[in-house]
Amino acid sequence: MVKFENVTKKFGELTALKGVSFNIEPGEFVFVIGPCGAGKSTLVKLILREYLPDEGQVKVRNIDLKDLRQKEIPEYRKKIGVVFQDFKLLFDRTVFENVALALRVIGEKEEEINRRVENILELVGLSQRANFFPVQLSGGELQRVVLARAVVTEPDIVIADEPTGNLDLGTARGIVNLLKKINEKGKTVIMATHNFEIVNLMKQRVIELDEGKLVSDEKKGKYHLA
Amino acid sequence: MKEHWRTAWTHMRRTPYQALAAILIMFLTFFITTVFVLTAGGFQTILRYFETRPQVTAFLKDETTMIQVDTLKAKLAQTGKVKETKYISKEEALAIYREQNKNDPLLLEMVTANILPASLEVATNDLSHLNEIAQILRAEPTVEEVVFQEDVVKALQQWTLNIRRVGIGLISIFGVVSLLVILVIIGMKITLRREEIDILQLLGASRWYIRAPFLLEGMFYGVVGAFVAWGITYLLLLYLTSYIIKFFQGIALLPVSPLFMLTVLGVEISSGIVIGSLGSLLAVKRYLK
Repeated sequence: MVKFENVTKKFGELTALKGVSFNIEPGEFVFVIGPCGAGKSTLVKLILREYLPDEGQVKVRNIDLKDLRQKEIPEYRKKIGVVFQDFKLLFDRTVFENVALALRVIGEKEEEINRRVENILELVGLSQRANFFPVQLSGGELQRVVLARAVVTEPDIVIADEPTGNLDLGTARGIVNLLKKINEKGKTVIMATHNFEIVNLMKQRVIELDEGKLVSDEKKGKYHLA
Repeated sequence: MKEHWRTAWTHMRRTPYQALAAILIMFLTFFITTVFVLTAGGFQTILRYFETRPQVTAFLKDETTMIQVDTLKAKLAQTGKVKETKYISKEEALAIYREQNKNDPLLLEMVTANILPASLEVATNDLSHLNEIAQILRAEPTVEEVVFQEDVVKALQQWTLNIRRVGIGLISIFGVVSLLVILVIIGMKITLRREEIDILQLLGASRWYIRAPFLLEGMFYGVVGAFVAWGITYLLLLYLTSYIIKFFQGIALLPVSPLFMLTVLGVEISSGIVIGSLGSLLAVKRYLK
C-alpha cells in the first residue's frame, strides 16, 4: 500500500530522512515514532506528495509519486485522509462546514454530504457540536473534528500526524480508539507520534525513526524510551 | 457551480469595501463607455442628417422680384447639379419662425414678415456640389447672404472623429485601470485566504475548485459594474430626451431604439465578463501557483 525504498530527503544541509525503507500492507495500523526532529512529519509529507524525495522512491498503491503530474495530485490526495498536527481547520466555519468541506472538494451531492457528515460526527461524538466554531472547542474536540474530516470521504489510507500531541492521556486514548475503529473497517492507518503510552498500549506495528534513519521496525512493537 | 458562487459571495460579503471599489471602477469604465457610445452615435446621426440633405440657403435682398427669382432658379438648374430649388417668401419665413418659437411669446411679439428675408433653398445632388452652387449664388446681385452646410458637415466630421478618438482613449485607459484594480483586489483576497487555499490543496481540491470562486467574483464585478452604468446612463438619457429633441429640432436623434440599447447592454456585460475574468485570471496565475 505504502512503500518507501531507500528514501532520502534533505533540506539544504539538514538530512531529514536518510535511506529509509519499509512497506506497509493494506489494512495495517502502523505507528511511526521517534523524538522531535526524527523525520516523522517529513515522512507524512512525502506520502502526501507535499515533498518529493531527493533519493529513492515513495510508492503508494504501486504508483511512484515522482511520476504523478501536478494536475494528478488533487485526485491522489482525495484518496488519503489526513489528521494534521496543527488541525488545519477553517476557523470561520462551523464543525459541520469543516467536515463537509472534504466532501465538497470531491464533488459529493448536498444530501449525501449532510448524511455522511451527520454520521461521522455521531461516530466521533460531536453531533452536539455541529454548529460550533473551532474556537468554541477543546483541544480533544478539535482533534476529533480533524479526524472526522479525514475519514468522512472514506479514504483507504488515513495518516495522522501527532494527533495526540498536547492532549491528556484519556483524550488521546479516545482519538486512538477512533483510529483503531477506522482500521478495523479495513483502512490502512499510519500514525506519527511520540506518545509512548499510546504506542505501548496499542501493541501494533512500530516503525522507529531517529535523526532521519529507520532504527527499528517491529510487528508488535513498543516505544523504547532512551 | 452553485457552491462556487456561494464561496465567491462569501468572499465579497467579508470584504465589502474591496468589492465596492471593484464595482465602482467597473461602473466608471462602463459609464464612460456608454456616454461615449451614445454621443458618438448621436453625432453620427446628425452628420448623416446633414450629409443626406445637401442644401444651400441664399437670403435674398428685399427688392428682389419674382422674375429675378425665376431667372436665378433657371440659371441654377442649368448647372445640372441641383436637385431642387425652393423659394421661401417673407410670409412663409414668418410662419416657419412662428412655428419654431410657438412656445416663446416674447420672441414672437416684435417680429413681422418685413424683418425676415425671403430666401431660396437649393438642394444639390451631392455634398461636393455645395461649394460651386454657393459661389454662383454669391455672385448674384440679388443675393444678400449665402449659408451652406459644408462647413457644418466638416465641423461635425471633425467632432465625430475627435469624440471617437477621445472615447477610445479614455475607454482603453479605464479598461486597463479596471483590469489592474480587479487583479490587485483578487490578489489581495488570495493572499488573505492563503491558509484556506493551502488546506483545500491538502484535502485534494482541484485547481478549478480553488480558482473558480475568484474568477466568478471578477466576473460578478464586471457584470454588476456594466449593468449599473448602462442603467444609469439610460435613465439619464430618458430624462434628457425632451431637452435634446428640442435642441436638435428636425433631426430624428431620439428616442434611441431599445434594441440598440439592449445591444449596448449585451456588449458591455460581455466586456465586463471579459475584463473581470481576465483580471481574476491574471491574479490567480500570479498568486496561485
